[in-house]
Amino acid sequence: MTALHAESRLRRAGAARAAAFMAVLAVLPFLFNQHWQVNLLVFTVMYAGLASAWNLLGGYAGYPALGHGAFFGLGAYAMAIGAGHLGAGAGYRPFLLVPLIALGTAIVVAPIARVLLRTRAVAFAVLSITVMFMVQTLAYNIRGLTGGSQGLALPIAPFDAATFERPYYFAMAVLLVVTVGVCWVVRTSKLGLALNAVRDDEDRARGLGVQTETVKLLAFVLSAGLTAAFGAVWAYYISYIVPGFAFDPLLSLVAVLMAFLGGRTTLWGPITGAVLVGPAQQYFAYRFGASQLYLIAYAALFLLVIYLLPDGVIPSASRYLDRARTAYRSRATRRDRPDQVPMEPVPPRGGRG
Amino acid sequence: MSALLSVAGLTKSFGGVRALDDCGFEVAEGAVGALIGPNGSGKTTAFNVITGYQAADSGSLSFRGRVVRRPDPCRLQRLGLARTFQQPRVFPGLSVLENVVLGRPQHWHALLGRRVPGTDRRRAEALLEEFGLAAHADRPAARLSYGQRRLLEFASVLMADPALILLDEPTAGVNPVMVETMERHIRRRHDEGVTFLIVEHEMRFVMRLCDPVIVLDRGRPIACAAPSDVQNDPRVLDAYLGE
Repeated sequence: MTALHAESRLRRAGAARAAAFMAVLAVLPFLFNQHWQVNLLVFTVMYAGLASAWNLLGGYAGYPALGHGAFFGLGAYAMAIGAGHLGAGAGYRPFLLVPLIALGTAIVVAPIARVLLRTRAVAFAVLSITVMFMVQTLAYNIRGLTGGSQGLALPIAPFDAATFERPYYFAMAVLLVVTVGVCWVVRTSKLGLALNAVRDDEDRARGLGVQTETVKLLAFVLSAGLTAAFGAVWAYYISYIVPGFAFDPLLSLVAVLMAFLGGRTTLWGPITGAVLVGPAQQYFAYRFGASQLYLIAYAALFLLVIYLLPDGVIPSASRYLDRARTAYRSRATRRDRPDQVPMEPVPPRGGRG
Repeated sequence: MSALLSVAGLTKSFGGVRALDDCGFEVAEGAVGALIGPNGSGKTTAFNVITGYQAADSGSLSFRGRVVRRPDPCRLQRLGLARTFQQPRVFPGLSVLENVVLGRPQHWHALLGRRVPGTDRRRAEALLEEFGLAAHADRPAARLSYGQRRLLEFASVLMADPALILLDEPTAGVNPVMVETMERHIRRRHDEGVTFLIVEHEMRFVMRLCDPVIVLDRGRPIACAAPSDVQNDPRVLDAYLGE
């Protein structure tokens, strides 16, 4: 029984958590059905997905990517061009483009990723930002395709005005579930182990025969493809995109902030971060948007997170719980067997070797 | 016995310092060789160059009878060459068990398989048991002591069944009981046919365990002989004690 449990990747607790998560996602837009509320939900779910997708590369592999806005924008423009120029039309059909856009972005990004992944740490962060601005500049200048700074309009979907946001919300929610699913598969697979090894000590991982190049590339393209999918739905939702918003440096940073806040090493951390920061962000932007003071609010939040919760909410909370549990258990143990608290490994008794 | 590893003419400079200067030696299959020498004589650099962590300026390397043109840690590992580091390197964020499991070479199609497959787990657990680390299996490696990390690093290297293991100061910072454990493990693997090359400062350990002993001085081997002969070699005494 226990052996069977250990062998199975999906523990019962995990399955229950996944089911609860999907149930909550499904009922949220019915519980909060005002337009502004559903709008807030769309953005919060989108950011939860972006933060989770970023975490594949930034958290599991420890590569501090700060340019995921590039892939988001690629997805957005692919959708605008697909739904507008190529005439996928309005209604639900553009949603069918989303998986294609994710796949296409993953393929297009692969050669760039190979080059970027030759650098590490700060150099990688700087290069990833550079790529974002390069793509943004391209979007400004390839006017025939992107409309340049005038932007591109997408067809307005003929959805019922009373529940206009709902299809977009569910598209985002499905993408979020897919993203979390991908993260879970990666975490519980050899790929996840290899990525964590890359994060901790890439050179030694190579020396142990881990195909570091392959696993990093996989994490990168998965992360970029999923990010593009969110960009595609976003573009259709706001229905009018310009390079400055589609390729938004802030977007990359906010997703990173959320992952940091929630806990980079965990599955649910980025989502927790998005739930905490997402609504706050909208509120700040609404209250202080004109003066751009909300940017300062972000910076302050980031500093607070790094100062108080360097590992994020989820790891800190679980460590606190662990400590409480251990303290409780050791109190119980000390009552029973006062002499047994082994910390150092017990030297092997004679007889062997 | 044939040479499992042979290097010739290795040269590596850091700025004006020649860490390796026309360095060449051989390690026979089934030997437990030692690489000793005063501080700064190029022992660790030799290891780094042999395992591909640093590129040599010139020289050649052959392992298992084939010439390795551009040594690369990943490829050499697949050929059966493993190493440990002077400062033990473990993956601090991974559990102790996962650290060992990583030592098992993977194929790309196994990447989507389980993080820790059952067979790997059982083997890793057996190794941890041997090294007295079983109680820590599920803890992050960051919580281990320095000596325990050294043992863990050694254990993880064994997962790949290497033909040759380069150990960089295996006893430094390890308590005496663990040194014995280490020695026992080296002997046991040696009996199973694994070849060793060991950089070590602890001379009693070297004299007990190793043959031949290769002595490096200023990046160049000055002696290669049985431990008792090396001890009395005037060039070696000169290198250690100065002119």
